[in-house]
Amino acid sequence: MQKISKSRLYELFDAVAAKQDLYIPTDREEGAAEYKKYESGMKLTKELNTVRSAKDFFFPQTENLAEFRLEGKNIEVKDIREECDDFVIFGVRACDAKSFTILDKVFLCEPVDSFYKNRRDHGTVITMACTRPAETCFCKTFGIDPTVPGGDVSCFDDGENIFFLANTEKGEKFVESISAFLEDGDTDKLMEVQTRAREIMGKLPLANLSTGNFGGDKLNEYFNSDKWAELSEACIGCGTCTFVCPTCQCYDIKDFNTGHGIKRFRCWDSCMYSDFTKMAHGNPRLTQLERFRQRFMHKLVYFPANNDGEFGCVGCGRCLAKCPISMNIVKVMKALEAK
Amino acid sequence: MQEAMIKRAKELLADGSVDRVIGWKRGEFAYDITPAVFTSAEELDRDFVCDDFTAANVSKYLVKETQKEGKVLAFLKPCDTYSFNQLVKEHRIDREKVYVIGIEGGPKLDIEKIRAKGITGILGVRNEDYTLKIETIYGTQTMPFYEAVLGKCASCKSKKHVVFDELIGEDGDVLDSNRFEMVEKLENMTAQERFDFWRDQLSKCIRCNACRNVCPACTCENCVFDNPKSGIDNKAPADSFEENMFHIIRAFHVAGRCTDCGECSRVCPQHIPLHLLNRKFIKDINELYGEYQAGADTTSRAPLTDYNKDDCEPSIVHERGVE
Repeated sequence: MQKISKSRLYELFDAVAAKQDLYIPTDREEGAAEYKKYESGMKLTKELNTVRSAKDFFFPQTENLAEFRLEGKNIEVKDIREECDDFVIFGVRACDAKSFTILDKVFLCEPVDSFYKNRRDHGTVITMACTRPAETCFCKTFGIDPTVPGGDVSCFDDGENIFFLANTEKGEKFVESISAFLEDGDTDKLMEVQTRAREIMGKLPLANLSTGNFGGDKLNEYFNSDKWAELSEACIGCGTCTFVCPTCQCYDIKDFNTGHGIKRFRCWDSCMYSDFTKMAHGNPRLTQLERFRQRFMHKLVYFPANNDGEFGCVGCGRCLAKCPISMNIVKVMKALEAK
Repeated sequence: MQEAMIKRAKELLADGSVDRVIGWKRGEFAYDITPAVFTSAEELDRDFVCDDFTAANVSKYLVKETQKEGKVLAFLKPCDTYSFNQLVKEHRIDREKVYVIGIEGGPKLDIEKIRAKGITGILGVRNEDYTLKIETIYGTQTMPFYEAVLGKCASCKSKKHVVFDELIGEDGDVLDSNRFEMVEKLENMTAQERFDFWRDQLSKCIRCNACRNVCPACTCENCVFDNPKSGIDNKAPADSFEENMFHIIRAFHVAGRCTDCGECSRVCPQHIPLHLLNRKFIKDINELYGEYQAGADTTSRAPLTDYNKDDCEPSIVHERGVE
């Protein structure tokens, strides 16, 4: 496999960033990483993952969709869409890479979301295999092997070298573009690292969590479960879980009057919020129990029902780490399936 | 202490003094505690926990709990009792429906501070003589207890329970805390430095509303930021102005009512030191209207909702604003 010595990695970043925007996960502060546009001198984080997920690249928290101008009885509608420039994201974990295929099912089905597609078309995703999973990791539950991440190019770290493996046409193009930095490398040590990581995966506290009791056919079994009341009791109705989640994809569309025209924008919404899907007739989910239930039923039942059994979770563990009251999908799954 | 709490809770449930118990429930790991209501001895034995990670302030839940039938037993740490009192003062909690047992406070631990040391795969955390022994998938690690203490506990203002029906353990005193140190540091900055500090911090906001929703002083039935009829509702930090204004407006709204419980900063997924905004107001109130601690009692008039002839004049803003 083609590799680069880790001592030359930042040289490579400099070269890539000279041609197009490159984003890497870097420390914002001790213990908190985020993706930032690479500039010379910036260092990769040692954190396993970023606080915010990589979905922001394709589905940003806010974006303008169109502009309107009113003059007399005329409304001028301005299409503000622009082809975005090519960009590269380095260091995406297997869980986040899988989240893109889940988001694709939502945004690239008919009618195609052109805003999302534009960025998807121009973004090259370079993943990084995991070697030190955390106790909150449970990607294995959703069939993800974090030692072999997806994306356009998969990268593997054997301690001294980074190996590059192209998975797509876009990925091949990228690897070709950096070929001057790459040399053939022996993967013996990498195999050892991979085997060790897989052993750790098997020993994680959530290693045996299974989706076996969930899926599109479980609506009647779980919707009226008496467990929801207890599970949602302490929920404070904030949006932390949904906003750090790599697969949560709900958004709201609103018009903003700038005083000299209207900007139509969309922004992330959260099913945990009291005004989620509020319509002219009112709100279909009046209690926090119903809103809480929506989030987990969506990921564990409704999404697989509509997407050939695919679950709406990738087991990244962000909600486990960040929920102010430590309630999360793992606790919900375990409680629901307990007889 | 946990055992004494469970024993007492069972007694009070058994003799009918209370119908429910609010406390904390253990989770999957050593640290992922969830506030919970217990109704039986079995539930208490199985799930009730009070340890180094039970930092969550349960006072705000009592707004909802006291709207129900029956009486609830609440275990309150010293800091939680201030929030409780303030909510009683604001007529948000029905005092008659709560039996308060004061319990020893922190310092409680912050799992994020342990993680920030690069410690991952955490399976267990033990405090041995103020050294943390942390069991991980990758072996046992150690770190000093005090380096993992929550921000809100590191600047603890009081070990005194300002309200209780009974105590487990001893009551403490109001402390001579260092809690205004960082505020003073910010005050001593130039306006530009201070602006840069807050822009940097507030730009991290993802508008998850965790700070607002956990805040015991934020108990509006419908927040202006959620109400489409308010004209200023918004779900996202669409620009830097909104990022700033959400937090500043919130700080103004809770000024004089914020007890400095520190929950806002504890729950912020982006580690924004939101408590500093509130502490600035507390410090200003202390300086301009005389020492005042929200939640210390349930009867006194708060400086911002009271009038005294020696109150500062509005012109103080201009006088103090001069660089």
